[in-house]
Amino acid sequence: MKILVCIKQVPDSAQIRVHPVTNTIMRQGVPTIINPYDLFSLEEALKIRDKFGGEVTVLTMGPPMASEALRKALAIGADRAILLTDRSFAGSDTLATTYALSQAIRKIEKVYGDQDIVFAGKQTIDGDTAQVGPGVAKRLNILQLTYVSKIESCDPEKREIILERRAEGGVQVLKTKLPCLITMLEGSNEVRRGTIDDSLRAARAQIVTWSAKDAEIADLTKCGLKGSPTIVKKVFAPTPRTDRAKLIEPGKTAGDTAEAMIGAIFARSASLEEDMTKLASGF
Amino acid sequence: MSEAPAPQPASRAAAKKELPEHFRGYKHVWVFIEQERGEVHPVSWELLGAGRKLADKLGVQLCGAVFGAPGEATRAAVAEAFRHGADVAYLVEDPILADYRNESYSKALTQLVNAHKPEILLLGATTLGRDLAGSVATTLLTGLTADCTELAVDADGSLAATRPTFGGSLLCTIYTLNYRPQMATVRPRQMPMPPRDAARVGQVIPFKADLNEDEIITKILKFIPDRDSTKSNLAFADVVVAGGLGLQSAENFQLVRNLASVLGAEFGGSRPLVQKGWIGSDRQIGQTGKTIRPKLYIAAGISGAIQHRVGVEGADMILAINTDKNAPIFDFAHLGVVTDAIRLLPALTEAFRKRLSPHNRDRLAG
Ligand SMILES: Cc1cc2nc3c(=O)[nH]c(=O)nc-3n(C[C@H](O)[C@H](O)[C@H](O)COP(=O)(O)OP(=O)(O)OC[C@H]3O[C@@H](n4cnc5c(N)ncnc54)[C@H](O)[C@@H]3O)c2cc1C
Ligand SMILES: Nc1ncnc2c1ncn2[C@@H]1O[C@H](COP(=O)(O)O)[C@@H](O)[C@H]1O
Repeated sequence: MKILVCIKQVPDSAQIRVHPVTNTIMRQGVPTIINPYDLFSLEEALKIRDKFGGEVTVLTMGPPMASEALRKALAIGADRAILLTDRSFAGSDTLATTYALSQAIRKIEKVYGDQDIVFAGKQTIDGDTAQVGPGVAKRLNILQLTYVSKIESCDPEKREIILERRAEGGVQVLKTKLPCLITMLEGSNEVRRGTIDDSLRAARAQIVTWSAKDAEIADLTKCGLKGSPTIVKKVFAPTPRTDRAKLIEPGKTAGDTAEAMIGAIFARSASLEEDMTKLASGF
Repeated sequence: MSEAPAPQPASRAAAKKELPEHFRGYKHVWVFIEQERGEVHPVSWELLGAGRKLADKLGVQLCGAVFGAPGEATRAAVAEAFRHGADVAYLVEDPILADYRNESYSKALTQLVNAHKPEILLLGATTLGRDLAGSVATTLLTGLTADCTELAVDADGSLAATRPTFGGSLLCTIYTLNYRPQMATVRPRQMPMPPRDAARVGQVIPFKADLNEDEIITKILKFIPDRDSTKSNLAFADVVVAGGLGLQSAENFQLVRNLASVLGAEFGGSRPLVQKGWIGSDRQIGQTGKTIRPKLYIAAGISGAIQHRVGVEGADMILAINTDKNAPIFDFAHLGVVTDAIRLLPALTEAFRKRLSPHNRDRLAG
């Protein structure tokens, strides 16, 4: 099986700060990580490779420093890493991103052979759109299975795959054909650490770096800002509410405080008492 | 947004192109009505509420796109769409559409859009909506803004879609100026539920999608519905009690459950509690969890980080209990108490039990 995994390097957003005056992201010193959701997809790809043999290629589009994320993926166990990097990709929205990624995947198939499964993360923690996976599938004209909680079985001979997909209100058990694009749900597997051999290999590995030209991306009008139908017109910080919470003075005992709170709640909304009385008695 | 590390406002020149000729005929605001297994996802009605405002501002019609197998449930969804504000319903009935599959739904919706040309198309940011919107937007090669928190129409009639970015630390307003339709998704409970007018009716426009089961490769073997006991109604609850790290232990979280149980409320928590395994992930409130819009939200030992805040701001009343008077939660709560939640919660539970007893209900009724 040949499996491709799209990963993205993202800032560890738990540590992101916004400059209070300029409203810009202060990225200095913010560590970068592999988008956490992508790891569940990488793990699933490695599991399939371990079972059926084959190879796992990781692909990312980003600045040269994104090669760090690829190296980490190699250390976890991926076999090959490709970095797609070019100035003409700057400012890509999701549509332009899916164009560049899908073109690169076509090139990968030319060089390394057809891919049986393409994995993407459920969503990123910076872009946070969950659109790139579906977009890549559409551009490659392959089947798309998002929010997959479990791959039940895979039959490389029959080119069939059975999996469980999280839907609203339940789980769909689906049977479909390879090739397809899958995004895994978080928590759907236990992400491995990678062996010492893997990390030694990763440290020495050559990361294949492609420009737009290397990836045979001919139509640069579909890339970067030019290829992006969406335009960010305004970036701003959420407005703080001017009125802070009305503070209730704690009473002598917790009981007194509780009474004062209930009084304050119902003073603000009289209808709430009736609603809550009904709710409390199970209506 | 995906490759650009930090979104930067585009230059004026880039933002001021003319809409190409072939897009000028695109008109009206559409909402994709998400109907599955006989039930419409409430986010569809919330979107009709938001769409109504956009349509009125633009002076155009509000249309619902209703998909499903021929039959009762699909027709009922059409009627409900009118009651929630739609003027027109495009009805796409086909046995192939009985269950959601990306292939059939994205084909049918793309065909419908190409035939009837909406200027704005809104979908819920659900597992179905996100799966569908991404492929339809890519097929149509148009812009799609995900998880919007605010939708507005600009002076020149274009859709201004605002969404949080970088985990809610910043908001950005995004336009799709030169392509149509302008597409956006909105998370459930982000927009208020519009009033329902039982007498309201509208025009049904049937649409025959060109679908063929033999050409649809993905087959549904089974649907395993969630058990009711494991399903939380958090997003739609009228009263929600939640706890955060301030509760200090999984045992203390029981105090939150006790209060919720006395109130007939749902319980939830901040993300760290999910990571610690104190509560299930379907109980997480906030940006990467559930968005809630209860009448009353009680937050005990929650600091009120921006990622939590964005999930609860739709609540009518927020009551915060926190030992730190400078906790950010007091910046957006309506009522607050600076005290130890672990000591207060049992007393509050007891006081509510008394206050909301059936005896009092009789008094209120009488
Ligand atoms: C990408 C991303 C997504 C995220 N998504 C979410 C999300 O969806 N939901 C979410 O909640 N968080 C989310 N977070 C995490 C968020 O940033 C905060 O870290 C988290 O909300 C903090 O949880 P907390 O308030 O329970 O804990 P803390 O921030 O540790 O706050 C504990 C609070 O309890 C108070 N306290 C301590 N003892 C007591 C006591 N005895 N009685 C009363 N108060 C007491 C303290 O004063 C403090 O204010 C996300 C973060 C990232 C980076
Ligand atoms: N620049 C990129 N390079 C490689 N993969 C990406 C990139 N951006 C997004 N993806 C993939 O698409 C998924 C969804 O991203 P998003 O639409 O930004 O939420 C991610 O989890 C990645 O697997």
